[in-house]
Amino acid sequence: MPPLAQRNLFRDKVRLTVTLTGIVFAVVLITVQIGMFIGFASTTSGLIDHSGVDIWIGAKHVPYIDQASPFSERKLYQVLATPGVEDAQKYILGWGDWQRPDGGHEGTQVVGFNPDSKYGAPWNVVVGRVEDLKQPDAVMIDQFYAPRLGVTQVGQTFEIYGRRAHVVGFTKGIRTFTTMPYVFTTFKNAQGYVRLKADQTIYILVKAKPGVNVQKLQHDLEQRVRGVDVYTTPEFRDKTRFYWMFSTGAGIAVLLAALLGLVVGVVVVAQTIYATTMDHLREYGTLKAMGASNGYIYRVIIKQAVISALLGYLAGMAVSVFVVHASKTGGASIILPWPMGVGMLGLTLLMCVVAAIVSINKVTRIDPAMVFKG
Amino acid sequence: MDTAIAVREVTKTYESGEAAVPALRGVDLEVSSGEVVLLMGPSGSGKTTLLSIMGCILRPTSGDVRIGGREVTRLSEKELPRVRLDHIGFIFQGFNLFPTLTAGENIELALDLKGVRGKVAQRRAGQLLEQVDLSAKYNTFPSDLSGGQKQRVAIARALAGEPDIILADEPTGALDSHAGRAVIEMLYNLAHQEGRAVAIVTHDNRTLEFGDRIAHIEDGRIQEKNAVPGADTFPSAVTDQRNAAVPGTVFPVPAWSQSFAQG
Ligand SMILES: Nc1ncnc2c1ncn2[C@@H]1O[C@H](COP(=O)(O)OP(=O)(O)O)[C@@H](O)[C@H]1O
Ligand SMILES: [Mg+2]
Repeated sequence: MPPLAQRNLFRDKVRLTVTLTGIVFAVVLITVQIGMFIGFASTTSGLIDHSGVDIWIGAKHVPYIDQASPFSERKLYQVLATPGVEDAQKYILGWGDWQRPDGGHEGTQVVGFNPDSKYGAPWNVVVGRVEDLKQPDAVMIDQFYAPRLGVTQVGQTFEIYGRRAHVVGFTKGIRTFTTMPYVFTTFKNAQGYVRLKADQTIYILVKAKPGVNVQKLQHDLEQRVRGVDVYTTPEFRDKTRFYWMFSTGAGIAVLLAALLGLVVGVVVVAQTIYATTMDHLREYGTLKAMGASNGYIYRVIIKQAVISALLGYLAGMAVSVFVVHASKTGGASIILPWPMGVGMLGLTLLMCVVAAIVSINKVTRIDPAMVFKG
Repeated sequence: MDTAIAVREVTKTYESGEAAVPALRGVDLEVSSGEVVLLMGPSGSGKTTLLSIMGCILRPTSGDVRIGGREVTRLSEKELPRVRLDHIGFIFQGFNLFPTLTAGENIELALDLKGVRGKVAQRRAGQLLEQVDLSAKYNTFPSDLSGGQKQRVAIARALAGEPDIILADEPTGALDSHAGRAVIEMLYNLAHQEGRAVAIVTHDNRTLEFGDRIAHIEDGRIQEKNAVPGADTFPSAVTDQRNAAVPGTVFPVPAWSQSFAQG
């Protein structure tokens, strides 16, 4: 096909700019919002995703990871006695009152794990080592929250509920969805920090033996260990994500903003493609008179939509990547996995083709006899 | 001579809102391969309507249209484009070239509709431009062509589909007499040298010498009177044999019809 679609599209530069601006706006809004959604969702389940275990055991009816009640640590022995279990560790996530040197208080989420095991440990440790947590009263926090907690360097000592907390290292990029900083420490310290009774735990993390069917192990644990709920790691992750994203409405707001971007994009692109179509209506009439089928004419219009989509997508992605990059240093965590880039390409194309439908409708109905009108 | 296109008892009433405008009130017309028929008549008499119906871009309210012997008025919207593609070449007063395509690309687009693409299409477009004496203008955009050149590109484009019927609506209306004459001569040759059926709507008396017959339309009917100046002296003896086919509706161009330049 001679380049009718391209030429007509590029002829009106102002309109093309408006079209592309609309697409870029939509692409950036959708990408950033969905990136935020994914970022939020993975933030809510960060501890679960990095736990390294197959099964989480908590008190009955735990709605999500941050909200759990204690249960007797004796259950640990029942778990360890269950065939198929390679390792099981007690684990705490609870609220701790951090006292800054200036006397101010910060709520924190204390994470207690066994530093002799591989499970439940902090990740992305950039200053110090996980083993350093074996020192007395040792804690580790994320660099991002250090200013809030009044921490300026390793070696400083603070108090959590009146107990000493000695900072031995920093992680990087571990955000919390609740915005209360995580404080990583040993299980024993954590019991003190969150004022848990000596024979209680919050979770038991279970690693299955290699080759063991996790669903079956989950079932066996449910049979043997009473008074607790047993989740596979993906189940617990989804439960937690779902709670934060949908029960709180946080995710809905983000997704609505993305949807808004889509609607605005469709409307702007539909308007400009329609205006371009109207400008060239006589040409479409001529094409019809020349014997072009409706299908041929659709291809011209859809080609314009697709070219606009591709240009807008590239520009929009460039802006999005920039925004994502900028957010790394700010408070929001936006994640842009590459399948989403591919998905956005599909969505942008779809958006533009849907926007072209109005124009296609118009062209289908033009009377080719118009070509004789002056 | 073969009848390329025949309309029979065609009426057309435009429904515009409440009012119904009768544009054609029963028209019979045939155009044979190799002849030029001129459609003349005052503004609003229905010439363009008739041409649109002949070219299958407008459906008549009643009556039928045969193209190459095939009844086309009852074809579906899906089938009609194919009829136009295979049989009809339109020439417009306003040229209707695609302004963002060069002369050559305008023709390539018409060839593309026929499924002729790439190098073959370019070569064929070049030949067609040569046929209208514009071989140097392949890469020129319509805005850089004169009116006469534009119309010749339009003729070349119409020929790309190898139509057996050429329908032209006031093809010289926007041209000066010199350019107009060249265009009309080309249309004449398409009939007389290439054997196509050519119907030309015209107001232009300078066109008369190139018509084999004239159909004069008034109020949506082909009138039984001659439109040419000096009609009252028109000798009935000159009536061509061909008119027997459509009795009393179409008239031959008088031999004394004036030369192009005089109009
Ligand atoms: N699309 C239309 N809707 C309503 N009336 C029309 C339309 N096209 C033409 N007409 C009317 O039909 C009559 C014939 O028009 P037309 O065929 O364009 O005449 P001509 O080409 O001889 O000037 C005129 O009265 C005109 O106003
Ligand atoms: Mg007219």
